[in-house]
Amino acid sequence: MPNVIYILLIPILPFAAFLLLGLFGRKYIKNGAGIIGTLCMLIAAALALYIAYGYFFDYGKLDGVYRKIIPLKYNWLEFSPGISIDMGIVLDPISVMMLVVVTFISLMVHIYSLGYIKGEERFPTYYAFLGLFTFSMLGLVISTNIFQMYFFWELVGVSSFLLIGYYYDKPSAVAACKKAFIVTRFADLGFLIGILVLSYYGGTLDFNELIQRLASPESNEFKTAIASSFLGLSAITWGTVLVFIGGAGKSAMFPLHIWLPDAMEGPTPVSALIHAATMVVAGVFLVARLFPVFAISAPEALNLVGYVGAVSALFAAVIACTQTDIKRVLAYSTMSQIGYMMFALGVSGYGGEEGLGYTASMFHLFTHAMFKALLFLGAGAVIHYVHSNDMKDMGGLRKFMPVTHITFLIACLAIAGVPPFAGFFSKEEILLAAYQHNTSIYWIALITSGLTAFYMFRLYFNIFWNKEHHAHGEHHGEGGFVMMMPLILLAIGAAGAGFIHFGEFVSSDGAPLASVFHLQFSIAPVALGFAGILVAWILYKKQNDKPDKIAASVKSLYIAAYHKFYIDELYLFITKKILFNLIGRPVAWIDRHIVDGLMNAIGDLTRGIAELIKGFQSGKVQQYALYFLCGAVGLLLLFIYIWH
Amino acid sequence: MMEPGLYHILFISAGLFFIGVYGFLTRRNLITMLMSIELILNSVNLNFIAFNKYLWPGKLDGLFFTIFIIAIAAAEAAVAIAIIINLYRTHRSIDVEDAEQLKY
Repeated sequence: MPNVIYILLIPILPFAAFLLLGLFGRKYIKNGAGIIGTLCMLIAAALALYIAYGYFFDYGKLDGVYRKIIPLKYNWLEFSPGISIDMGIVLDPISVMMLVVVTFISLMVHIYSLGYIKGEERFPTYYAFLGLFTFSMLGLVISTNIFQMYFFWELVGVSSFLLIGYYYDKPSAVAACKKAFIVTRFADLGFLIGILVLSYYGGTLDFNELIQRLASPESNEFKTAIASSFLGLSAITWGTVLVFIGGAGKSAMFPLHIWLPDAMEGPTPVSALIHAATMVVAGVFLVARLFPVFAISAPEALNLVGYVGAVSALFAAVIACTQTDIKRVLAYSTMSQIGYMMFALGVSGYGGEEGLGYTASMFHLFTHAMFKALLFLGAGAVIHYVHSNDMKDMGGLRKFMPVTHITFLIACLAIAGVPPFAGFFSKEEILLAAYQHNTSIYWIALITSGLTAFYMFRLYFNIFWNKEHHAHGEHHGEGGFVMMMPLILLAIGAAGAGFIHFGEFVSSDGAPLASVFHLQFSIAPVALGFAGILVAWILYKKQNDKPDKIAASVKSLYIAAYHKFYIDELYLFITKKILFNLIGRPVAWIDRHIVDGLMNAIGDLTRGIAELIKGFQSGKVQQYALYFLCGAVGLLLLFIYIWH
Repeated sequence: MMEPGLYHILFISAGLFFIGVYGFLTRRNLITMLMSIELILNSVNLNFIAFNKYLWPGKLDGLFFTIFIIAIAAAEAAVAIAIIINLYRTHRSIDVEDAEQLKY
């Protein structure tokens, strides 16, 4: 069995780094801050690997099935018998996998930031926030209780807010962090209501019991929950849909995706950690955590997950083809890939071969974390080098940044699904799962995969080929060893992670799933991928006017995609024009005239009376004495009158 | 010659009291106002003595009260005169009309 202390240390170490650097960083340990944070992460990552090794190869299996191990559970707040908020640790295949992914990516980002953020005024604060984020994310993945997860869910939201707004003197960053926080918070409202619905019918907040009760047709809770329906859908469906809204907000699914591209205002390593590899997959993780409930009791909700994922994947891929800010391209690509993971869950069933989509989704989460973090860190190196986010300012960088070039190319090949890189294997599994269960989603996924290859190589050619780069003399090279090492390590991951037989470790019911591999099936997506790369090669390898011509020929579509299909404007219209005018202004009027008016009336009354009687306070001693005398005589007369 | 009775003394006491009140309300000079207060106190003293002598001749309570009031009056006069001196230092006047800043 695992040693609880070791597991506890994994989240505690980043938290300790956060406290230490947050409290004392700016005054006492200014220069050592990065080293301290990185060392804490290094130990945490090593422990996570140790735990993962132990779980997967030693004590995790019971009768050939990976079981859930709960080494620690502390009853923290008890509302009523059965419903309590526990703080605990659960080890199961997905939480252990996430422990490894989060600590590893976080470690890479910590190391990378040593070079990237070096010399910033708020260097220790940055590392403190990174520590807080890592702690919250780790706490989220090991949650035993849905409310515990909700706490950490909000905590990652806060740390994401803090890190997006890291450059707080930049108005766009401030606007972006507020937007991210408000949009995800709005979605979390759905999550909270979903928790309440599920726990009301399940009678518990514990994940295990919740799944046992709500996902088994024999239990009483299941029967009541299925029987009670609202607008034609059962209570379980409502609960899971509401929970999914929370997950969709965090995972930037259409139409709650608007915060993710703006979140790129944060430092690039932060984008790599939070807005690509870890936090944004929290929504996928949430659905996976409650997967039996989705799959067995709420197939409508699971269908919704599938379609939302598919629409997001295609939608984001189309937008990504037109953006010129390289980080925004990556942001939309992230959204598209998370869409993949979502619909992979959506087309999955529970147990055995049916659960292929589940395995594929987790597999893609794993490989995506590798190559997307690599893409972001590579983009960070490029931005560091040319001091611009816009791909128009780049081009021909391959000779100046050889390491970045090669690693970026590996990541692009991985995300485009070119064998034998990691993305190929996970994407094949997803497509296969989609093909077996839902043909319309399969076609969307196939088109998206071609588009993915196109826009990634558009990005690649625009940065590293296209026009010639003119070195400005004062250039400081590619970035030091600390920036190159994470790129190389992640590139190894992006190239090799696909060879892990993921199905043996992670599956919907814990039983190993044999990796099936159909050669003829993968011809179509790979061919489409190559076609996408070829188109990008023709259009962007050398500077020419073909891209502009093509853009002009599909002008309205191009402009719509360039403006992100006006979703932002739609939100602004709804909030500013409709909500503000129809709700905000009347409420403000009531507040100003009725609530404030009442208070003002009371104040005015008091003041008026005071105005009337203040003349008595004349300052003349003899007047007071006269009043006193009159009063005394009056009282005397009164007493005489009463006693007679 | 007739021995003065209780009513005579009460009559004098009441007269003294109202002279004091009238003086306190009409005089502008603070010293004179202080003197008026002394008149009021002394009218009370006279009452105590008279009641003690005519109604409870065997007891001393009224006497004690009178002595007590004289002591208090002395202390009060000391405080009042100190206030008046300070007032004179700041206002160059002991007219009560000049000391009416303490108002709304």
